[in-house]
Amino acid sequence: MIPARAGTFGLSAPGVLLALFGFASLLAPFMTLAANRIVEGKGLTAWQLAGPEVIYPGLLSIIIGLILGLFSSWPRVRLAGAVLGLAGLFWLLSQSAPQLLQGAGEYARVSPGLGFWCLLAVLILLMADALTQLSPRPMTRLGLLLTIVTVLFILLGSGALSDLSIMKEYASRQGAFYNAALRHLGLAFGSLAAATVIGIPLGILCYHHAGLRRIALPILSFLQTIPSLAMFGIMIPLLGWIASTVPAAKAIGIAGVGFAPAFLALLLYSLLPVVANMVSGLQSAPESVRDAARGMGMTLMQRLFRVELPLGLPVILAGLRIALVQNIGLAVIAGLIGGGGFGTFVFQGLNQTATDLILLGALPTVALALTAAIVMDVLVEVTQPSQSAQHTQGMPRKPS
Amino acid sequence: MKKNAIKWSTIVRVLLVVLLISLVVMPTWFSWAFQPFAPEKGPIIYERASLLSLSLSHLGLVALASIVATLVAVSLAILVTRPLGTAFLPLSRTITNMGQTFPPVAVLALAVPALGFGTGPTLVALFLYGLLPIFENAITGFSTLPPATMEAARGLGLSRWQRLIRVEIPLALPVILTGVRLSVVIALGTATIGSTVAAKTLGEVIIAGLLTNNTAYVLQGGLIVGLFAVLIYDALVQLEGLLLARYSISND
Repeated sequence: MIPARAGTFGLSAPGVLLALFGFASLLAPFMTLAANRIVEGKGLTAWQLAGPEVIYPGLLSIIIGLILGLFSSWPRVRLAGAVLGLAGLFWLLSQSAPQLLQGAGEYARVSPGLGFWCLLAVLILLMADALTQLSPRPMTRLGLLLTIVTVLFILLGSGALSDLSIMKEYASRQGAFYNAALRHLGLAFGSLAAATVIGIPLGILCYHHAGLRRIALPILSFLQTIPSLAMFGIMIPLLGWIASTVPAAKAIGIAGVGFAPAFLALLLYSLLPVVANMVSGLQSAPESVRDAARGMGMTLMQRLFRVELPLGLPVILAGLRIALVQNIGLAVIAGLIGGGGFGTFVFQGLNQTATDLILLGALPTVALALTAAIVMDVLVEVTQPSQSAQHTQGMPRKPS
Repeated sequence: MKKNAIKWSTIVRVLLVVLLISLVVMPTWFSWAFQPFAPEKGPIIYERASLLSLSLSHLGLVALASIVATLVAVSLAILVTRPLGTAFLPLSRTITNMGQTFPPVAVLALAVPALGFGTGPTLVALFLYGLLPIFENAITGFSTLPPATMEAARGLGLSRWQRLIRVEIPLALPVILTGVRLSVVIALGTATIGSTVAAKTLGEVIIAGLLTNNTAYVLQGGLIVGLFAVLIYDALVQLEGLLLARYSISND
C-alpha cells in the first residue's frame, strides 16, 4: 500500500531530501589517496580526481540522476535517474583510480571516500524508493536482483576497479577469499539446514502440545538473547570437553575451536525463528478450514500435510528468512574463534588497522545478507495465498 | 500449578542475580570453578581491569545508546505518521528493512574506518543500529491505532497535540517497548564485540581469553555477559507485561 505522495508541483518529498543529501555529499571527499595500506589517506573531492574528460561525464550523470529522482509522478524516470547516477559514480571511481596512482609511489593506495559511500547510499535509496512506487511483482524483483548481481560481477571481473585498494587486498589473497566465502556459506546455510531438520519436527510437536510449547519457546528466546561473542566463547570449552571424552566425536572433526563451535552456536540461534514461525504458521490456518478438514474425515497427518503446512508456508518461510539473514551476519564472529568465513578478514583488518581488509570482509557479508533477504522475501510472497492474507512476520531478528 | 510456577521463576531470578553480582564483584570466589579451564600455571581470574568497571562501562554504553536511540526513533516515527510526513513513510520503511539486514558486526566494522577506534565508533554503531527496531515498532504502533478510539478522541475535541500525548503514545507504548527491548538486546551483544575495536566492555575478557588460549577467561566473560543479557531481557519483558496490565485495567 503506497500512500499518495504529497508535495507541490509533483515533486517527491523523499526525492528532494535525497537530492539535497546527494549534492551535499558531492562536497565531501570522493576518494582518498594514501601512501600505503595502513596510513590515513588524503581526501580528494570529485573535481580534484582527474582530467575534465573523466570528471564532467561522471559528475553530470550523478547530478542529472539526482534531479530525475525529484519527479514523484514518474517512478520509471526516477528509477532511470538512480541507474544513471550509479553509472556516473562507478565511472568516476574506475576512471580516476589509475590517474591518481600515477606517480604516487609503489605502495600508494586509492580508496572510495566518504562522499562516494554517501552518494552510493543516496542512489540506492532513490532506486529502492522508485521501486517501492512501482511495486514490481515478485518475479520482476528477482529478475532485477539477478541483473544487479550480474552487472556487479561483470564490473568486478572486468578489472575496471582493480586499481582500488580493496581490490588489491583481494588480489593478494584470492585463494583465502574463496575459502572464506565457501566457509561462510557453509556455516550460514549448513546451520540453517540443521536448524530446519531439528526445528520443523520440534515446531510440529510444539504446535500439538501446549505444555512443550510453553517450555521450549521461552528457552529458545533466552538462548537468542545471549550475546554472540559469549555464545561462541561458551561453545569452545563445551565442544572441547566433548571432543576429549567422546573419541567418535573427535574423529568426525568436532573440536573446541574452529568450525564446530561456530556451527553449533549458529544452529542454536536459528532454532527460535524456525520453531516459533513453524508454530505460528501452523496456527495460521483458520479454524473453519481446520473444522472442514476434520469433518472430511482427514487424519492428523493428512490435516498437517494437506491443510496446515501449505497454509502456513509463508510464515514458515519467513522464519527461515530471519534465520538465514541472521546466520550470515553472525557467521562473521566465527572469524574470532578460528571458524573461518569473511569474519577472518574483518578481524585481521581491525588488528592491522587496514581499512580495506575490513571492507573485504564486511562488504561481501552485507551483500550476501541483502541478497538472501530479497530472495527469501520473494519466496515468502510467492507462497502467499492469493487472497492477500496478511501474516505477521513472526519473530524478530537476533541481535549480534 | 500456576502459582507454583511463578514462585519457581522468582527463585531462579533471585539466584541468577546473586550469581551475577558475585561473579562481577567477587570473582576470586569462583577460582575453583574456572581452574580446570585455565592453562597450567596461567592466570584464572581476569585482572587486567576490574570486572565491575568493565560491567559499568558496558552497561553505560548500552544505556546511553538505547536512550538516545529511543528518543530519536520515536520522534521520527511520530513525524512520518503525521499527515505532513506520510510522503516519507515508504522510504523510511525501506531504510529500516534494508538497515536491519546489515549485520551488526558489519556496522561496527564499517564505523571504524569512518570514526577510528575506541568507544566512540561503538557508541555510534549501537545508536544507529538501535534506531531501527524501535523506529519500526513505533511506526507499527502509531499506524495501527484503533480507528474508533481515535475518532472518539477527535470527538472529545482534543487537539492534535493532546491526542498524541494522551491517546496515541500510551496506546502505542507496548509495541514501542518491544522495539526498545529488541534494541537493548542487540546493543548488549554488539557492545560485547565492541571490544575488538577497543571499546571498554566485557567483551575484552572474552577476547583476551581467545587470544591467550585461556578458556577460563572466555567462560568468565561469556557467563557474565550472558547473565546480564538474559536478566535485562527478562526485566524488560516483565516491565512490558506490567505496563500492559496497568493500561488494560485503567482502560476497562
